[in-house]
Amino acid sequence: MSWEVVIGLEIHTQLATKSKIFSAASTAYGAEPNTQACLVDLGYPGVLPVLNKEVVHMAAMFGLSVNATVAQRSVFARKNYFYPDLPKGYQISQFELPIVEHGELFIADAEGNDKRIGITRAHLEEDAGKSIHEGLDKSSGIDLNRAGTPLLEIVSEPDIRSAKEAVAYMRKIHTIVRYLGISDGNMQEGSFRCDANVSVRPKGQEEFGTRAEIKNLNSFRFVEKAINFEVERQIELIEDGGEVVQETRLYDSDKDETRSMRSKEEANDYRYFPDPDLLPVEITAEYIESVRAELPELPDAKQQRFVAEYELRKDDAAILTSSRPAADYFEAAAAATDAKAQLVANWVVGDLSGALNRDGLNIADSKISAVDLAGLLTRIQDNTISGKIAKQVFEAMWDGEGSADDVIEARGLKQITDTSAIEEVVDRVIEANPGQVAEYKAGKDKLIGFFVGKVMQETRGKANPGQVNQILKAKLSG
Amino acid sequence: MSLDKDQVRQIATLARLKLGDDEYAESVEKLSRIVDFVDHLSEADTSGVIPMAHPLDIAQRLRPDVVTEPNDRDRYQENAASVSDGLYLVPKVIE
Amino acid sequence: MDLHTKTMTELSAGLERGDYTSVELTQSLLDRIAAHNDTLNALLTVTGEQAIAAAARADADRAAGKAGALNGLPIIHKDIFCTRDVRTTCGSKMLDNFISPYDATIVERLADAGAVVLGKANMDEFAMGSSNETSYFGPVNNPWDLERTPGGSSGGSAAAVAARFAPGATATDTGGSIRQPAALTGTVGIKPTYGRVSRYGMIAFASSLDQAGVITRSAEDAARLLGVMAGFDERDSTCIDEPVPDYVAALGDSVKGLKIGIVRQHFDEGLDADCGARVKDAIAVIESLGATAVEVDMPNIDYSVPTYYVVAPAECSSNLSRFDGVRFGHRAENAEDLFDLYCRSRGEGFGDEVKRRIMTGTYVLSAGYYDAYYLKAQQVRHLIADDFKKAFEKVDLIAGPTTPTPAFKLGDKVDDPITMYLNDIYTIGANLGGFPAMSVPCGFVNDLPVGLQLVGHHFDESALLRCAHAYQQATDWHIACPEDFA
Repeated sequence: MSWEVVIGLEIHTQLATKSKIFSAASTAYGAEPNTQACLVDLGYPGVLPVLNKEVVHMAAMFGLSVNATVAQRSVFARKNYFYPDLPKGYQISQFELPIVEHGELFIADAEGNDKRIGITRAHLEEDAGKSIHEGLDKSSGIDLNRAGTPLLEIVSEPDIRSAKEAVAYMRKIHTIVRYLGISDGNMQEGSFRCDANVSVRPKGQEEFGTRAEIKNLNSFRFVEKAINFEVERQIELIEDGGEVVQETRLYDSDKDETRSMRSKEEANDYRYFPDPDLLPVEITAEYIESVRAELPELPDAKQQRFVAEYELRKDDAAILTSSRPAADYFEAAAAATDAKAQLVANWVVGDLSGALNRDGLNIADSKISAVDLAGLLTRIQDNTISGKIAKQVFEAMWDGEGSADDVIEARGLKQITDTSAIEEVVDRVIEANPGQVAEYKAGKDKLIGFFVGKVMQETRGKANPGQVNQILKAKLSG
Repeated sequence: MSLDKDQVRQIATLARLKLGDDEYAESVEKLSRIVDFVDHLSEADTSGVIPMAHPLDIAQRLRPDVVTEPNDRDRYQENAASVSDGLYLVPKVIE
Repeated sequence: MDLHTKTMTELSAGLERGDYTSVELTQSLLDRIAAHNDTLNALLTVTGEQAIAAAARADADRAAGKAGALNGLPIIHKDIFCTRDVRTTCGSKMLDNFISPYDATIVERLADAGAVVLGKANMDEFAMGSSNETSYFGPVNNPWDLERTPGGSSGGSAAAVAARFAPGATATDTGGSIRQPAALTGTVGIKPTYGRVSRYGMIAFASSLDQAGVITRSAEDAARLLGVMAGFDERDSTCIDEPVPDYVAALGDSVKGLKIGIVRQHFDEGLDADCGARVKDAIAVIESLGATAVEVDMPNIDYSVPTYYVVAPAECSSNLSRFDGVRFGHRAENAEDLFDLYCRSRGEGFGDEVKRRIMTGTYVLSAGYYDAYYLKAQQVRHLIADDFKKAFEKVDLIAGPTTPTPAFKLGDKVDDPITMYLNDIYTIGANLGGFPAMSVPCGFVNDLPVGLQLVGHHFDESALLRCAHAYQQATDWHIACPEDFA
């Protein structure tokens, strides 16, 4: 039988506020346990939550960026359950009236066509703390620093049909939240993670199969692997006559498998009800419009503009616009040189990315500024150096030897464009290689490369390759 | 009795309350009476009435995003029965 | 010097004249407490040393010309308010050893105004009760008859004020917990409009109903204390940013032309006939002062008790989930696992009534019952609030009985939750709608005090206080003192 996979993602994005969603404690990562957990975060008797203005702003920005409705009235509710990392015994979240509803975004499907993924809702809630199990004998330790960190939970429609699409969707959301500056998207630190609802159904069947929820996936690779494992598991189970159970599963990356998280207690009953400590959040249409007005250019629009304005290849435009700093770098470099924009794109996507990866740097911390890279590309454009020499200059610039012109000057890399000087070398090469000359003349055209190589060797790469070719061909055919 | 022992057991589990055997019997009886009593609400005609979650019909006030809470961990943990190296301790949680 | 018989207004004048110092006043009341508290069990903690130190500071401030509005005046806090470095039990075994690391907003405000805190008052556990019998630390006895209840949940505050331990005490009211004990002890109790006083630092029972207020012997003292406590607090989202009128100044206004609504349903068969007679007498007195009384209809008011017993337990079941034995509060020993730690810490730490309400609340919020109970109760709540709003289109105040009977005997109703709940039949409506309400002593039945309840429109505490003050100028029920505590 042929199976169709149905996936919905719930992405939890930590919002990049300074203070927590309901308290004035810091959200900074990595502090000593419980040193950033104030009385409100600890759920002390008598304390009360007060909503952070910035989280409403950030949620509105996100909503508008995915073409969603930003609710003028949303309500916080309590989700009741007991767990040690949940100090109050309830999580303040949004249930019936979330702040964002009915959004969408587009990803590329397997054939490269645009595919719409619906966004059911995005709601604000508080993060829980952390349980620590290592190094404690019969106990678990609870660190509540993270408790109360603002989260935007983004829930997709079950529109995703493969692990690859799931990753593409998640990457797209990741790009958007970072473009907006509403999350650092740091997956190692748990700032961006997701739960995947996965089910399978026979192709053509309308109703959904029973789904399993895979919790807490914190890398794109794990999302792909966990979903693939889960799909296999469900198909095998059904084909062997079994039934998928609706349950929560955990992905074990060491074993590359998902396993059930069934606890001994009965199924949860969260008993959601409106939080009586908080009032409905009301925002005006004018406020929403003011947020819309301040939105930055978003990745899709930027990509289209790069193709139209700079005549870039679509795939390069996609790579360059996948992060705002990369796009900004490209634009700054393109503006500072007469070299073709596609050449700038090639260098940013190629050599620069390579060097950044090698040194583990972000583009914002690049050792070569956009203006300096432009300087290098200008020297290719005006034939001062060849593309090959440029790579050498690039490495020297990376190592801190100065601007392109500094390096070219100091190392004497200026291209030889003086025809008589090149002719002199060509003559020497022809004279020194009579055998190859004879073969070439006998029709072995490919040997031209050999002669070019020799000339370039003699000139230590500085001869203009176009001129060398031209002169060689003229002399050899003479 | 509008509630039986199994229901009360389930409620107590959800609420994380351990009850003694005699407490169970009493709870079944008293909770049933309370439920019967609040069942009178069903007589009220509420068609089209908007539920009222709060006595005040006003909007949530928003706080500026500013950090003002200092670290006062030691003081806060004086009320905790079991802490170690700044962590609150609970019996081992198995995931 | 009979300092204990004096009101705050009188004491403030005496301190200002230099007739006595706050230290002398404070010491004399501490001596009274030492002599009588065992009889009443009104205070759980007496903060003698801190009180004397605060009194000395108050005296120094006065000498330096920096006397605050309540300079040197002794008060008592209900043990539901968090007091920094002082045990805060909420009447529960759960918090037997809990030392609050912070002050509630109202505790801070009263201290800043120069008030001197003598101690913390006994109360029903987590404010859940109408007789003070649910306190882990034992019931409070009514100073008018030691075998009777002073009411609850603010029974300790009311008994302490009635017994002249202090001229005023803080209290809280979720369904009548200020007004009912005030009525049963012959004191004045006011619950202001929801949102008028900060709830920050007041241990929550039912967040959408809880409101802090005061118990005193005179309406004037209530105005003084409330004026200091009321007002915007940025730590409480539900606290209203509205200017607080000068309550004391408003007392001078006449009640002439004031329209008083009488709710027909409040005088039905549930009301003790003698109590009803006292209340009607009181309304007649107010009319004689220039007010007019009209009958108002509240068709949904009979649903107020069942509505309350869905909404309040629902909120409490969630509010009390934080007591899990981990960060504070009672922790069961030798827990087998996490589940066992939770169930036993909570099972051992909470008393019967609290457990009952947590379970009721858990039930009405659970899947399959939410619509029939919780949602339905929220709808009925709306109907009841609308009944009041309609009434306030016609009248300035609503007057009626605070309780159906005078103080009942301890133990009488403890086994029957419904009978106990019905004690709050006249008081709950104001909480459901967030309206300010007050109880004023209006006579005796069989030597037991009876209270007149006044309910006002949102943010109109002034009308209540003005009416109560005018009534107290014309009567002397509030001056009567229980014999053993004269």
